[in-house]
Amino acid sequence: VIAGVVAVVLLLAIAAYACGGGTDYGAGFWDLSAGGAERGKRPRRLIDHAMEPVWEVNNVWLIFVLVIMWTGFPVLFQRVFTTMWLPLALAAVGIVLRGAGFALRKPVRRLAGRRLYGAVFAVASVVTPFFLGAAAGGVASGRVTATSTASTDAWANPTSLLFGLLAIAVTATLGAVFLAADARRFAAPDLDRYFRRRALGALAAVAVLAVVTLFVTHGDAPHVWHGLTHGAGLVFVVVAALATLATAWLLTRPSGAWSRVAAVGVVASAVIAWGLAQRPYLVPTSLTVAEGAGDHTTLRWLTFVTLVAVVFVIPAVALLYWLDTHGELEGLTDADLRRGGVADEG
Amino acid sequence: MHTVLLLADVPAQELPARSMMAFTLASHIILVPLGVALPLITLVMHGYGLRRGDATALLLARRWSAVMAVQFAIGVVTGTVLSFEFGLLWPGMMGRWGDVFGIGFGVEAWAFFLEAVLIAIYLYGWRRLPSRTHFLLGLPLPLVALLGAFGILAANSWMNTPRGFTLDSAGDPVDVQVWKALFTPMLGPEYWHFVFAMFVTAGYVVAGVYAVGRLRGRRDRYHRLGFAIPFTLAAVCTPVQFMLGDSIARQVFHKQPVKFAATEIVWKTDTHVPEYLFGRLHPDGTISGGIRIPQLDSILAGFHADTRVTGLTSVPAGDRPTATQATIAHWAFDIMVGIGSLLVVLALWYATVWLLRRRMPATPWFFRSAAVAGVASVAAVECGWVTTEVGRQPWIVYQNMRVAEAVTATRSTSLWTMFTLIVVVYVFVFGSFLAVLLKMRSGWRLDDERGGPRPPEKTREPGTPEAGTPETDTPYGPRSAGSRL
Repeated sequence: VIAGVVAVVLLLAIAAYACGGGTDYGAGFWDLSAGGAERGKRPRRLIDHAMEPVWEVNNVWLIFVLVIMWTGFPVLFQRVFTTMWLPLALAAVGIVLRGAGFALRKPVRRLAGRRLYGAVFAVASVVTPFFLGAAAGGVASGRVTATSTASTDAWANPTSLLFGLLAIAVTATLGAVFLAADARRFAAPDLDRYFRRRALGALAAVAVLAVVTLFVTHGDAPHVWHGLTHGAGLVFVVVAALATLATAWLLTRPSGAWSRVAAVGVVASAVIAWGLAQRPYLVPTSLTVAEGAGDHTTLRWLTFVTLVAVVFVIPAVALLYWLDTHGELEGLTDADLRRGGVADEG
Repeated sequence: MHTVLLLADVPAQELPARSMMAFTLASHIILVPLGVALPLITLVMHGYGLRRGDATALLLARRWSAVMAVQFAIGVVTGTVLSFEFGLLWPGMMGRWGDVFGIGFGVEAWAFFLEAVLIAIYLYGWRRLPSRTHFLLGLPLPLVALLGAFGILAANSWMNTPRGFTLDSAGDPVDVQVWKALFTPMLGPEYWHFVFAMFVTAGYVVAGVYAVGRLRGRRDRYHRLGFAIPFTLAAVCTPVQFMLGDSIARQVFHKQPVKFAATEIVWKTDTHVPEYLFGRLHPDGTISGGIRIPQLDSILAGFHADTRVTGLTSVPAGDRPTATQATIAHWAFDIMVGIGSLLVVLALWYATVWLLRRRMPATPWFFRSAAVAGVASVAAVECGWVTTEVGRQPWIVYQNMRVAEAVTATRSTSLWTMFTLIVVVYVFVFGSFLAVLLKMRSGWRLDDERGGPRPPEKTREPGTPEAGTPETDTPYGPRSAGSRL
C-alpha cells in the first residue's frame, strides 16, 4: 500500500515537472523560433521577463522526481539510468546549457553575446524535453529491464521517438499559452495574439502526435495501450482530450482567461493517464511497484517528508506564482544598480 | 563483502566515472559557499541599509542580488547534473543503498524548493514589494540554505560512517532505521565544519573583491562597507572553523581510522607517531620528502604521545587507499590546514587592530592578504572535499561497497566522450559566468566614476504603477491596473 502511495507521489511530481518545467522549455522553443534579432526582439523580451523569477523553482520538481525515484524505488532508478544512459546524460547537459544560457543572456549587452547565449538556451530547451520524453518512452514500452544495457534501441524506437516529439509539442503548447497570458498581463495585445496563434498550432501538433502515439503503443507498448484504453487510464485520456478542446476554445475567446488551467489540465491528465496505464508496473511488464519498492520504513518516512513538503512548499510556491502573476516580481534594472539609483527603499 | 575485488579488477569505467564526478563536483563546489552564505551576507547588508537609511549599503545589497541571480542559476543547473550523475555514474550504489540514505536528499529537495522560492522573491522583489515585506521574506533564506546543506551532508556522512540497516544473506540492506541512517556519527562534525567553511569562504570571496578595489585606490564608503561586513563575518567564523576542523580530524581518527591514517600517511599502527608536513608515501611504506615532526601526530590525535594511531597496513591492501591516493589526501589535508592557519592569523590581525585602534588595518599588506584570502579559502574548500573523498577510497560506502561495485556498466569510451563534452560545456559556462561578473563590475565602476547621483529617471512609490518609464526599463509600456491578470 505504502509503495502505491509513493508511486502516486512520484507520478504527481512528474506531472508537476511536466507542467512547470514544461512551460519553461516551451518558452525556449518559441525563443528558438522567434526569428532574427530584430523580429524576435519583443517575444524574446517577454520570454525573459516571464521566465526569470520562476524557472529555477520549476526545475526543482525534477530534483524531487529523482530523489523520490532513488529513495522510493532504488531498483527502478538503477535500471532506468543504466539503460537510458545516453538520453539522460544528454538531457543533463541540456539542462546545464538551458539554464546557464538563459541566466547569462540577461546581463549580456552585446548583440553577439546575446545571440550566442540565446541560441544555447533555445536549442537546449528543445533538445532536453525530447531526451527526457524518449527516456520515458523507453520505460513505457518496457525496454528497461534488469538485463538491458545502454543500447541505442532502448531509446531509438517508435514509442521513445513519439514520446520525445510529444514532449516538445506539449512544452511548446504550455509555453505559448502561458506567454500569451503574460502578454495580456504586460498589456501587449499583439504578443497575446502572436502566442495564441502559436499555442493553437502547437496544440494541434499535440493532438495529432497523441493519436499517432496511441496507434504506435498498440504494437510497441501493448501494456500501456491496454491501460490507456481501459478503466482509470481511459478516464484520464478522455479528460486530456476534453481539456485539449477546452484549451482550444478558451484560446479563441477574447479574454483568454482559464486557458492556462486548461492547458495544465491537458498535460497533467496525460501524464497521469500514462502512469495509471502502467499499473501495476513501474516498468511494464518486468518490474512491479511492489518489486521495485524500497524498504517499508523508508517509504513511510518518504511519505512523511512529502507531507511536510506539501505543507511548506505548496504555499511557498503558490505565493511565488501569485506574486509573479500579479506583477510584483521584476528583475533589477541598470538604473537600480547605479549609485543614487531610483529604487532606494524607504 | 560478498564480492571481493582485487586491485587488478578495477573496471575500465571507474577512472572516467570518477574523473567526471570529481570535475563536476569540484566546479559546483565553487558556487556552493556563495549559494549558502551570500544570501546571509546580503541580508546583513540589506538590514544595515534599511536600519540606517544607508543608500550605499542598499546599493551594495542590490548589486550582490544581481550577482546572486546569475550565480544561483548556474548553481541550480550544475547541482542538477550531480543528481543525474548518481544514476549515470553510480547506479550500483543507488540501486542497493538508495532507500537507506535517500531520506536526507528528500529533506534537501524540499529545503531547496523553499530556497528557490524565497530567493526568487528576494531577487525579483526589490522593485515592487514594500521594503519591509521584501526584507522579511528574505530573512528565512539562510535557514533554508542550512537545511538544504544538512540534507546533502547527511548523505555524505552516511557514506563515510554508514549505519541504520542490517545486511541479509544476499548482502542487501534490510530493516532500515531511517533516524540512525540520517544522523550518522560523522554528520555533526561534517555539518558544522562545512557550514562554517561556507561562511568563511563566501565572506572572504566577497570582501576580496573590495580589497582589490581598495588596493587600486578606491577608498570610498562604498568599498569600505563592501569590505567590512563580509570580512568581519568571515573573520569571526575563522577561529571557530579552525577549532571545528581540529575536532573533525579527531572524529575521523576515532570513526574512520584508516582514512585518518591516509590523511596523515601513517603506515604502521604505532604509538609516538610522527607528523609529516607534506611528503610522499611510497607503496612500500617509506616516506620521502616532507617535514617530520616527532610524536606530533599521536599528540594531535589523542593529546598524548602514547596515543596509538592505526596505520594503513592494519587492513588488507585492497581495503585501503593506495599510496598515491593517501598522498593526495595528505597533501589536500595539509594545504587545507595551512590555509586555515593563515586565515586565523589574518583574522587575528584584523581583530587586534580593531580592538586597539577601533579601525581596520590600513596597510596595503593587509588588503593584499585579504584579496588572496578569497581565492585561498575556495582552495581550502576544494582541498577539504578532496581529503574526505579520496581518503575514503576504495569505498563509496565506507567498508560496505567499493567504488568499483557501484560504477555504471556503460562503456568506458562513452564515459570518456561524455566527460569531454561536460568539460567543454563547463568551461564555456563558468568562463561566461566569470566574464559576465567582470562585465557587471566594470559597468558599475564606470557608472560610479561618471559621478554622483543622477537625476531620477522616474518617480515611483513602491507598489504603485509607474508612468513614463523609459523603454529600457519596462518594455511593455505602462502597466495600468486593468492590464494585470
